[in-house]
Amino acid sequence: MSAAVSANTGLIETEQHGLKAHSDGGDAYVPVQSRAERFTSTSVDDFEKVTGFELEWKLTPVSRIASLTEGELDGSAPATTLPEGVPGVAASWVDRSDARIGTAGAPEERASANAWSSFEKALAIDVSGEELHEYRVIRSGLGHVNRAAHTVITAAPFSQGLVILSNSGDAQLSENVEIVVGEQAQLTVVTVQEWTDESNHLASHFARVGRDARLRHIVISLGGGVVRVNPSIHLVETGADGSAFGAYFADAGQHLEQRVYIDHVAAQTKSRVKYKGALQGATARSVWVGDVLIGPHATGTDSYEENRNLVLSEGPRADSIPNLEIETGDIQGAGHASSTGRFDDEQLFYLQSRGIPEDEARRLVVRGFLAEIVAQIGSEQVESELSAAIEAELTRAQGI
Amino acid sequence: MSNLEIRDLHVSVETEQGTKQILRGVDLSIGEGETHAIMGPNGSGKSTLAYAIAGHPKYTVESGSVKLDGEEVLTMTVDERARAGLFLAMQYPVEIPGVSVSNFLRTAKTAIDGTAPPIRGWIKDLDSSMSQLRMDKSFRERNVNEGFSGGEKKRNEILQLELLKPKFAVLDETDSGLDVDALKIVSEGVNRAKANTGLGILLITHYNRILKYIQPDFVHVFVAGKVVEQGGPELAVRLENEGYDRFLSNVNVGS
Repeated sequence: MSAAVSANTGLIETEQHGLKAHSDGGDAYVPVQSRAERFTSTSVDDFEKVTGFELEWKLTPVSRIASLTEGELDGSAPATTLPEGVPGVAASWVDRSDARIGTAGAPEERASANAWSSFEKALAIDVSGEELHEYRVIRSGLGHVNRAAHTVITAAPFSQGLVILSNSGDAQLSENVEIVVGEQAQLTVVTVQEWTDESNHLASHFARVGRDARLRHIVISLGGGVVRVNPSIHLVETGADGSAFGAYFADAGQHLEQRVYIDHVAAQTKSRVKYKGALQGATARSVWVGDVLIGPHATGTDSYEENRNLVLSEGPRADSIPNLEIETGDIQGAGHASSTGRFDDEQLFYLQSRGIPEDEARRLVVRGFLAEIVAQIGSEQVESELSAAIEAELTRAQGI
Repeated sequence: MSNLEIRDLHVSVETEQGTKQILRGVDLSIGEGETHAIMGPNGSGKSTLAYAIAGHPKYTVESGSVKLDGEEVLTMTVDERARAGLFLAMQYPVEIPGVSVSNFLRTAKTAIDGTAPPIRGWIKDLDSSMSQLRMDKSFRERNVNEGFSGGEKKRNEILQLELLKPKFAVLDETDSGLDVDALKIVSEGVNRAKANTGLGILLITHYNRILKYIQPDFVHVFVAGKVVEQGGPELAVRLENEGYDRFLSNVNVGS
């Protein structure tokens, strides 16, 4: 087994570690500054070609997604099934000039900028109802064309909503999803990836969470060749609350990546990040990077991030990299945890000692491990579909 | 009549200091409906006996045999032993995140019986056992042992004992960490299981306390990896008064 685990934690109080040259190193190369200082642009031409040496791309198999980072993308509205008659939720396809576009963030890397430069129509979903309703967007027929997509989800002040992006079938897709959560609104956004093995999907989600508002963001990645979903959640007003959950199951040949960024801008903001992954098969690969930035004005914040990986066979590799930057001394809490390991033998023994055969006991443990995240979604139907999909993954996986 | 025969059992465990011999020739015969108390000082190998019978991979059987109704148990996998009719109530039951008590119990019952229990009767049995063990219905939806107090974990073990209906149960220090009320509730559960199914019990304990509620037919004193004295319930009383000192004069515990 080559389960690689790395963790680096930068605590910034007066100056950033690494800014000063080490005494033994001469001119030290300082790779990247604070997460807040990263370059952003909506134009693909402002980014160099992706080589795979960039901090942002060095853990990604960039040759498999070159057509999405370097190639031309079809920006027409992708085949999308929208539900009808959901109270308090409206959706429409809007032009690039729409005022909602660009309100939640801007690309930090080339694939995201390529999609932004290419899309022609954006899907705008407006949540305004004060009662919770589920709005499920289905994309299942995107085909083999290299595509760009853009979605803006807006939750009006005091509204509640659950928006689910369900993805399956074939796709070669680079997309941006903007999420704006108004004052005291409570919004859950779920993106589910059940693509075919040949599909590749790069997504950047940008969220702005307003005063006393709450966003729950959930990424479930089960199917696809290279799937990279990077949520950036900016807690920009006092009392904003952001949770980022994720579950992934990587089989042989799959690369499932998620780079989570929680940006505590305002005071009294709270965040929780929990991603759990299972890996099976010698070439299964997962990447989790969790950046948390607590800015100079974000006093009284409370944050915790966690990533757990369960390695089910010989050979998979799981990278797990929490990064914590803290620019104020006055916080409630900031913690992180990361683990990557095999089955807990004591759990297996306990289940087997109750008569449950070993393979079934293993399935029960993995199912339970990922169920914690799936249970966060809040849609019975989607949860049961995903439980069945995880079950199918487990049945397919040999030897567990 | 079911019986469990342990013959000349030698068990070792790998430690950082090398192989350590723990059981040094254990002989025990337990008949259907009999309760045998195994009492002994810390480090005498009582828990090792429990885990070796259940088949924990940490313990290596060097020699000897454990036969359930004439069938060799030691060559069976852990789950085969359970399906053959053995049960181990653990001293420190393990947490299983994301797996609800009701799902776990049903999966185990299905595995033991070879077929899923009819839903109606199953729920009735589950409710009645839980209420007798003073377990709230909300336990069914909680994850197995997650966030359970010590007493709740022990009740959950006895709940499984009642529902899975094994032929023989090893209770590994089930009394440890229980207050007197919980001890009574747990003991009643064990006594019910015995009355209902003719369960044979190997009750491992350090103290006489639980034997007031679960009457042993036989008491075995366990020192340095084997049984050194056997008797009736009166032996437990004597141990309570005298301690284990008279057995320990010539032995270094744990060596």
